[in-house]
Amino acid sequence: MNKILQSMRIAFRALRVNKLRSALTMLGIIIGVGAVIAMVSVGSGATDRIHQQIASIGSNVIIIQPGSQNTGGVRTGNGNAQTLTEDDARAVQEECPSVMYASPIQQNQQQIVYQNNNWATRIYGVSPEYLTIRDIRIEEGQPFTTDDVRSTNKVALLGKTVVDSLFAGEDPIGKTIRIRKVPVTVVGTLVPKGQNSSGQDQDDLIIMPITTAKKKIMGGGRQNNWQQIGQIMVQARDGQNQNAMDQIEALLRQRHRLQATEDNDFQVRSLEEMAAAQEQATQIMGLLLASIASVSLIVGGIGIMNIMLVSVTERTKEIGLRQAVGAKTKDILSQFLVEAVTLALLGGCMGIMMGVVASLGISYFAGWNTLVSLPSIAAAFLFSALVGVFFGYYPARKAALLDPIEALRYE
Amino acid sequence: MASPSKLRSDREVPSPESALIRIEHLHKTYHMGDNHVHALRGVSLEIARGSFVAIMGASGSGKSTLMNIIGCLDKPSSGKYYLDGVDVGALDRDQLADIRNKKVGFVFRQFNLLARTSALENVELPLLYSDSEKSTFKDRAMAALTAVGLAERYDHHPSQLSGGQQQRVAIARSLINDPQLILADEPTGALDSKTSVEIMGIFQRLNREKGISIVVVTHEPDIAHYSDRIIQFKDGHIIVDEAITSPRNAERELAEWPEEVEEKEPVA
Repeated sequence: MNKILQSMRIAFRALRVNKLRSALTMLGIIIGVGAVIAMVSVGSGATDRIHQQIASIGSNVIIIQPGSQNTGGVRTGNGNAQTLTEDDARAVQEECPSVMYASPIQQNQQQIVYQNNNWATRIYGVSPEYLTIRDIRIEEGQPFTTDDVRSTNKVALLGKTVVDSLFAGEDPIGKTIRIRKVPVTVVGTLVPKGQNSSGQDQDDLIIMPITTAKKKIMGGGRQNNWQQIGQIMVQARDGQNQNAMDQIEALLRQRHRLQATEDNDFQVRSLEEMAAAQEQATQIMGLLLASIASVSLIVGGIGIMNIMLVSVTERTKEIGLRQAVGAKTKDILSQFLVEAVTLALLGGCMGIMMGVVASLGISYFAGWNTLVSLPSIAAAFLFSALVGVFFGYYPARKAALLDPIEALRYE
Repeated sequence: MASPSKLRSDREVPSPESALIRIEHLHKTYHMGDNHVHALRGVSLEIARGSFVAIMGASGSGKSTLMNIIGCLDKPSSGKYYLDGVDVGALDRDQLADIRNKKVGFVFRQFNLLARTSALENVELPLLYSDSEKSTFKDRAMAALTAVGLAERYDHHPSQLSGGQQQRVAIARSLINDPQLILADEPTGALDSKTSVEIMGIFQRLNREKGISIVVVTHEPDIAHYSDRIIQFKDGHIIVDEAITSPRNAERELAEWPEEVEEKEPVA
C-alpha cells in the first residue's frame, strides 16, 4: 500500500513535468469516458422511462379491444367495432384460470360541474377490479364496490387534477358533482400518479361504476346497446401472461361464435410485452451508443500508450540509474504502470464529471430523459483504470526490461 | 593514509580474511552481429576489504566492462566473480538488483541525479528499493548528506547546486545503504581540479573512517594517486597492478590550497 502511494507520488511528479502533454493525453480519456457516461445515461434514461410506463399501467396487464369493422367493404380501425360486452368481461374473469382480474372499461369525455366551477375530464366507467389492475390507490374516502356497480349507484372517485380544478381547497368527499346534469356523489380521491411517458396527466380523470357511467351518464348515441363496452382490461396471474392471452382468445372466439375460418373480432394485447419489446430496442440502442463512445476511450488509451513510450525513451537514463541503485524489474514496471493508470484515472474522473454535465445538458436542451447511474460511474472509473493498465503495460514492461548498462549510457 | 592493514571497520564481516572482491579468469565477450569483441580476456584479481583501488586504462581497454561486472550490472561470459563471498554469476536480474542496492554504491561522471528532485530525495532513492522502514528515510538521508558536508542544502534541486555539490549528493546517495563498496566511474571527470580534490578527499575519508572499499575508474594519473593501489588495463588484460606506498592526501592538499580555500569552503 505504502509502495503504491509512493509510486503515485512519483507518478504525479513525472506527470507535472509535462503538464500540457499530460493534459492532452488525458483529454482522450476524458472525452472517451465522458461520451460513454453520457450515452449510457441517455440509454438508461430511455429504459427508465419504459419502466415507469409499465409501472403506471400496472403489472401483467392485458388489454382486449374490439376488432375492426367491415361495413360494405369499408374497414374501420381496431376498436371501432362494437363486439365486446360486460358479459365478456365477466366471463373472462370467471372462466380463464390464468386471469386474476378483468374489468370492462367505457370511457368518455364529459363536462363536470361543481357549484360555480366546471371542468372537462375523462370518465372511466369500470368495475372495482380496475383499481387493482391499474394499481390505483385511494387517497381519501372509499372505493366503490361491486354493489355500487350492481345498483348503478351514482358515486365517483376523483383524480387529483379534477379535485384541484373543482374544489379549491375544499374537502370533496361526500360532495355532489354534476355530470351531464346527473348528480354524482364523490366517495373518494385517488393517489396522484403524475404524467405518463407521453406527458399525459394521469390524474385528470373520474372513475365510476361502469353501469352508472353507461346508463346514467353516457347513455344514447353509439353506446345505445347497454351491454357494449369500449375495452376490457385484464390482469393475468404472475408469469401467466401468455396463458391468459390464449385462454381469453379461445373464450371470446367461442362466446362470439366465430368459425375457424373467421378472423377474431377483437384484439388481445399484453402491454407488458409491448413495453418489453420497446425496452429491448432501447437497450440495444443504448448499447450501440455506448460502444461507439467506447471507441474513443480506446483511442484515448492508445494516446496513453504513445505518451508512455515517449516518456520511457526520454527517461531511459533515469531508469538506468534506478536500476543501478537497486530497482527490480517489478519496481520499474509498477512505476510506469502506476503513471499510466494515474493518467487514465485522472482523465476518467474528469471524464465522469464531463459525462454528468453532458447528460444534464442533453436532458435540459433536448428534453430527453437521462439517468446517470452510480454503477455506470463506477464502471467508467474501473474501465479507465483498466485502459491505463492495458495500454500502460507494454511501455512499462519495455522500461522494466531495459539493460541497466545501456540505459545508464543513454544520452 | 589508509592501508588495508590499518583499517578500523565496525562492520560485521563474514570471514575477515576473504577478499571483498575475488575475480578468477574472467572473460567477457560481446557479440555484435558476426563480430565477437573480447572486452576481458582472463582477468584474475582480488580486492581486499577496505582498500582504495584506482583502475586506469584507455577506452576500450576493458576497464568499463570490469566496472560493470564488479558493480553487478553485467555478468561475466566465463570465469568467476565473488562479491563478499557471493557468486555473482549465478544470480538473476532481480538478485543482482538486490546486491547493487545493498552492497554497492555508484558514483558517476555525470552525477546522474534526478532533476526536479531535492537533494534529500535523491539521496533517499536507493531506500525506495530496499526493505527499509519509510519513517527512517529522512534521518538516514540527512545523515548521509551530513557525511558529505551538504546537510544544509538538503532541499536544493540539482540545478541549484554546483557540480561539486551535485557529486557530493551522488556520493551521499551511494552511501545511504551502508555499502561495502563504492564504485566511482570517473567521478572527477566533469569537475575542476580543486573540486576534484575535494571529492577525492571525501572518498579517502569514507574509506578511512567507515572502512568502505572504493574502486575509482579514472583517466587521470593525478586522481589515481589518491588510491593505495593502481590497476592498469590494456586490451582486456591487467598490465600493471601496483600498490601505492604513500598515496596523496586530499585533506592536507586542500588545507594548503592557495587563496580561494577560505572563501569557498563556507559556501559549500
